[in-house]
Amino acid sequence: MSSSETPPPLYAAREPVFPRRVSGKFRNLKWWIMLVTLGIYYLTPWIRWDRGPELPDQAVLVDMAGRRFFFFWIEIWPHEFYFIAGLLIMAGLGLFLFTSAMGRVWCGYTCPQTVWTDLFILVERWVEGDRNARVRLWNAKWDARKVRLRLTKWVLWALIGLATGGAWVFYFTDAPTLFVNLLNGTAHPIAYTTMFILTATTFFFGGVAREQVCIYACPWPRIQAAMMDEDTITVAYREWRGEPRGKGKNRDGMGDCIDCMACVNVCPMGIDIRNGQQMECITCALCIDACDDMMEKIGKPRGLIDYIALKDEAREREGEPPAPVIKHILRPRTILYTALWSLVGLGLVFALFIRPDIDMTVAPVRNPTFIVQSDGTVRNVYDIRLRNKHGEARPFGMALNSDTPLSLEIEGADGSLVMVPADEMRQIRVYVDAGPDSAAATMDRTEFTFWVTDLNSNERAYTNTVFNGRGN
Amino acid sequence: MSKQTEKPDVGTTGHSWDGIEELNNPLPRWWVWVFYLCIAWGIWYTIAYPAWPGIKDATAGYLGYSTRGEVAADIKAVEDANAALTAELASVDLATLADNAELNQFAVNAGGAVFRANCSQCHGSGAAGAKGYPNLLDDEWLWGGRIDEIAYTVSHGIRNEQSFDARGFGGEMPAFDGVLADEEIDAVVAHVLALAGEDHDAALAETGATLFLDNCAACHGDNGEGSLAATRSYEDPEDLIANGEMTGAPALNNKVWLFGGDAATIRESIVNGRAGVMPAWNEDFRPAGGLTRAEVNAVAAYVHQLGGGQ
Repeated sequence: MSSSETPPPLYAAREPVFPRRVSGKFRNLKWWIMLVTLGIYYLTPWIRWDRGPELPDQAVLVDMAGRRFFFFWIEIWPHEFYFIAGLLIMAGLGLFLFTSAMGRVWCGYTCPQTVWTDLFILVERWVEGDRNARVRLWNAKWDARKVRLRLTKWVLWALIGLATGGAWVFYFTDAPTLFVNLLNGTAHPIAYTTMFILTATTFFFGGVAREQVCIYACPWPRIQAAMMDEDTITVAYREWRGEPRGKGKNRDGMGDCIDCMACVNVCPMGIDIRNGQQMECITCALCIDACDDMMEKIGKPRGLIDYIALKDEAREREGEPPAPVIKHILRPRTILYTALWSLVGLGLVFALFIRPDIDMTVAPVRNPTFIVQSDGTVRNVYDIRLRNKHGEARPFGMALNSDTPLSLEIEGADGSLVMVPADEMRQIRVYVDAGPDSAAATMDRTEFTFWVTDLNSNERAYTNTVFNGRGN
Repeated sequence: MSKQTEKPDVGTTGHSWDGIEELNNPLPRWWVWVFYLCIAWGIWYTIAYPAWPGIKDATAGYLGYSTRGEVAADIKAVEDANAALTAELASVDLATLADNAELNQFAVNAGGAVFRANCSQCHGSGAAGAKGYPNLLDDEWLWGGRIDEIAYTVSHGIRNEQSFDARGFGGEMPAFDGVLADEEIDAVVAHVLALAGEDHDAALAETGATLFLDNCAACHGDNGEGSLAATRSYEDPEDLIANGEMTGAPALNNKVWLFGGDAATIRESIVNGRAGVMPAWNEDFRPAGGLTRAEVNAVAAYVHQLGGGQ
């Protein structure tokens, strides 16, 4: 490289984006999705669900201290974390499915970054006006009016952020109690810290960073490129119909695009969709609404910008109609994703229905494997965890079943009865004795089975395990 | 939307290798500021925290942070949080400890840690003992298996010089080499095997019975029931701790063996004698490395609940 050349700048200032208001069917859909997703997020912690006197009555609760996850009628214990893992796998496969079928539909409609940014832009428009007013304000000097408008906007954004952080902490403890505690200053410092951090991140991501999160920070756009193919439906510009573009009444030799810049002005990512598919495009479809609106005004058919599959381009250039959407969506790849997704889902539903309300884990003590008592009795020790998932304390009866005589004794208990508190795990130590010179005492290993019975409901569970004898 | 053949209109950095040019997609300006900020933070970090190596050690950092200090603070925080329980445990009547569920749980957990750190070297991490070191899980106790007896043994030890109250002085198994003739020892071995219910030479055991009564029964009891059982049979069973009569002689009429129950090992025990020693653990006797009263009580509670406790 010669030293006389001045290298071009490697860094550039961010181009501010001022999306214009738009209306149309995709905009309406996005309003509804925003209402539903934010509604779910903000209101879910307040739904009550009666589980009896000993359990929390919050429908959705992540109880970290008690190590329980409550979801309406479902209660997940730590050892059942595979349900969460399964849901995450389903979420992943679902994203694969939607991306291969409809491109970045997650990004455009339901990603929290998109939804909250949309809400922040809405607030911005209420306070500062639409695109042109905002551009003027951006360029204006800092006078009293600009300060007033900016402060109003920032306060409103901060309030949304506060509500967002506030809603988050309600998922982790009883919401009404925490709400009162938050107000009178007696809530745990972690609650305040979490709220502060989430308020700050919401404000920053939705108000300041916006499209830069998608472009520079998010890995998903890069991964998605690998899941799209020629049949994936994405937002595109019908260049063969629109070009050559140009303003003016005389349309001889001109395409349908009147270069009104409506599609560029409404874009929250600040790009021009007419340049083709771009990394920045989140397929929010607002440019479709903007262009359709314009096409109607000038009496041209809608769909100059539209959801199109790459495969249809060649057909349309030949003057043929595009293939039906269903043909694009139904292909081996999407069918495979759907099948896998359903398989995991059915597996989880199945696991949910067969999981027992009582449960037992047996851990034989291996240090030492057996103990010889003074009368020659051989003893094995087992640490047994009994789980009672009912909302009340239950008496559990312990028993064992073996081909050779073995007897059972529970540390600290008379007989074979153990009370297990409501919705808890109790660990007990169980001694199993084989009489002097009995078969189990003299053999190396004897297999047997522990049985536990919930004496109230007669539910039973069993675990196979091994008795170690002295081996001679 | 056709396959992209021309290059996008973003300009190049001017770098070119074999005709391959590097496109210039400039990063945002704030990105480079974040980068500078990280450098500044990195410099601050090396000043605030231990970082720069010297000849002997590294700079301490003006915040005075150290990982050892953090661990010490964590340990102190836990000890402070448990101070009330620890004080209660130090003065508790061990006979009633089991009735106080919270204190008992605390004692068992703390005792487990004490055991693993101080006792497991000889008695094994699972308390199953080893040759010469008693198994703490079974039902034979040389010095008593009640929780207060265990605590006394831990405090004072066995046959050691540190504690005047240690038990077992003068109670060691003497060497019978030269005291009894070889054939007499063989006979005693046969009798001991008979007491334990093992295979033995009946005629030899018959001879050994008399020798056993003359030489062994004083400590091991007439029927080989051991010192503890013999002592308990005529002493107040509630007050064994102060009893100097205990010799710790094991019961021989059962299946539990401290050194081994085969003829060769029994013979070795008789010929050479045995005298196991356990150190005193109470800090009164061991200023360095001893256990506090609360720790002694904790480890007694732990050992007592392992399954053999009486």
